Amino acid sequence: MADPMKIRAANKDGVTEVKILMSHEMETGQRKDASGAIVPAHFISEVTATWNGKVVLQGEFGPAVSKNPYLAFKFKGGAKGEKVTVSWVDNKGDKRTDEGTIA
Amino acid sequence: MRKQRRGTPHAAAKRMAGSLAALAALATLTGTPALAQDKSMDEIAKYREMLADGNPAELIEMRGEELWKTPRGPKNVSLEQCDLGLGPGKVEGAYAQLPRYFADAGKVMDVEARLVYCMQTQQGFSFAEATKNWYSKPGKESDLVALVTWVGAQSNGQKINVPVKHPKEAEMVKMGEYIFHRRSGPQDFGCSVCHGQDGVRIRLQDLDNLSQSKGAQKAMRTWPAYRVSQGTVWTMQRRLIDCMRQARWPEQKFPSDAVIALEMYLQNKAAGGVLESPGIKR
Amino acid sequence: MSMNEINARRDAMKKMGGMGFLGLLAAAGMITPQMALAAWNKGAFEAKTLADTLKALGAAGTPVESKDVVLNAPDIAENGAVVPVTVTSNLPHSQQVAILVEKNPNALAAQFMIPEGTEATITTRVKMGQTSDVFALVKSDGKFYIAKKEIKVTLGGCGG
Ligand code: HEC
Repeated sequence: MADPMKIRAANKDGVTEVKILMSHEMETGQRKDASGAIVPAHFISEVTATWNGKVVLQGEFGPAVSKNPYLAFKFKGGAKGEKVTVSWVDNKGDKRTDEGTIA
Repeated sequence: MRKQRRGTPHAAAKRMAGSLAALAALATLTGTPALAQDKSMDEIAKYREMLADGNPAELIEMRGEELWKTPRGPKNVSLEQCDLGLGPGKVEGAYAQLPRYFADAGKVMDVEARLVYCMQTQQGFSFAEATKNWYSKPGKESDLVALVTWVGAQSNGQKINVPVKHPKEAEMVKMGEYIFHRRSGPQDFGCSVCHGQDGVRIRLQDLDNLSQSKGAQKAMRTWPAYRVSQGTVWTMQRRLIDCMRQARWPEQKFPSDAVIALEMYLQNKAAGGVLESPGIKR
Repeated sequence: MSMNEINARRDAMKKMGGMGFLGLLAAAGMITPQMALAAWNKGAFEAKTLADTLKALGAAGTPVESKDVVLNAPDIAENGAVVPVTVTSNLPHSQQVAILVEKNPNALAAQFMIPEGTEATITTRVKMGQTSDVFALVKSDGKFYIAKKEIKVTLGGCGG
């Protein structure tokens, strides 16, 4: 199973800033392993962040997003103690959902 | 390379051609085209700054915490009673004070040697099992590195403090200093060639003078570090074993006492440097 | 798995009547079906040239260069494996943000749908195989705008 994300969310003056680190190899499908065989592409393709049941960001990644992807954005609203939920799915169907608490 | 031990600078350069060593030598022999490079260095600084927020090492740190607290090994116990030098289970500030002498083991250990010791004595792992994946490879993250990353992070903001209190510690500092300044191997090479003077630069890497307190502080305070080029965290053991490879020295076995001696010497020199751990590097 | 196999799987997922992950979210009432339909834009991610990518994103022709689209990134990346990029749009109703690297095998690195209430400022990190122009594409009120910046790479980031 995929490793957990690290989600930080902080509200300042009514705006919540969310910073997400995802644990993923993000294989391009072009790298060769030690034996010379191509390592198949394996990358997060879709990311969705929700707050209070509302989507606050939806992203699509290609394999050119760096290993262990980082994503930061801001939305209006959010209060201390509320949750931001982030989900991703990759091109092999693996997925992961984690929550961060707004500070 | 200002003080050539033998031969002309030219002959020396030839001898080292083909290795990274040659680059280091050239950098000092020719001096650096300062003007063009300074703007580059500003942009590189901006690059590093943009990476500092959201260091992927934090993911590895989280895994390390989990590993520390999870019962594992033949004895199915966690590492929570491991003594990293400040008493069983006390992790905060421990990394800043390593390596140090451990009476129970009768020797000076760094964070990795100590974790391996705890994995053996408390969890019942064999030495081979505990050290088998001591560094991370693509697609295969090392548990030991994750543990070191978490332990290191628990010293974030603390001052490096590795004084000499035990005779064995004094011995290790001496040995580290000796190794640091010694030149050997097929290239007649050593740490001090790359790290023993001011203003050495390999490609865009400024190499600090590690034999001075300021340079040692700057280098030692940001480890363990996420290496962007490797996509994973390197520990100081990994860093130094790789530097020894660059010096064309014999391959080190992990955990290496020669490395622990170097760490002891460098941490001792770096006293007072405030840890920013985990770091992030090229 | 080859790109073809990936495609086959994606097609299979589609044939099964689901919209994959986002469909599930939608079913759980977490997002509206309309948003779920915006699933991975295969055509855009697999396009090779900048022009084809823009076309697949619905931004055919030359999008207008705009000072209101700001691409913040270092001039030089020490390592192409990780190049930090922030895109900010000061245009009203920015609905979509995309990051494109012209000289990568596929130009599109990532794209984002910006719901009402979310600021059009996105930071992420992309791989660059070599020195290249990087583009920030923003859709605002149905029109596309673009900003460009050359980023030099001292060490390539593809293949490892
Ligand atoms: C061929 C030149 C060379 C030799 C010889 C060499 N190193 Fe290094 N060392 C490097 C380079 C290059 C780096 C990485 C610098 C970077 O990426 O920023 C480095 C990094 C380091 C660092 C981390 C510095 C930091 O700022 O994080 C330490 C500590 C270090 N070396 C110690 C040693 C020791 C001890 C030895 C002797 C065993 C040694 N090195 C031998 C080239 C060398």
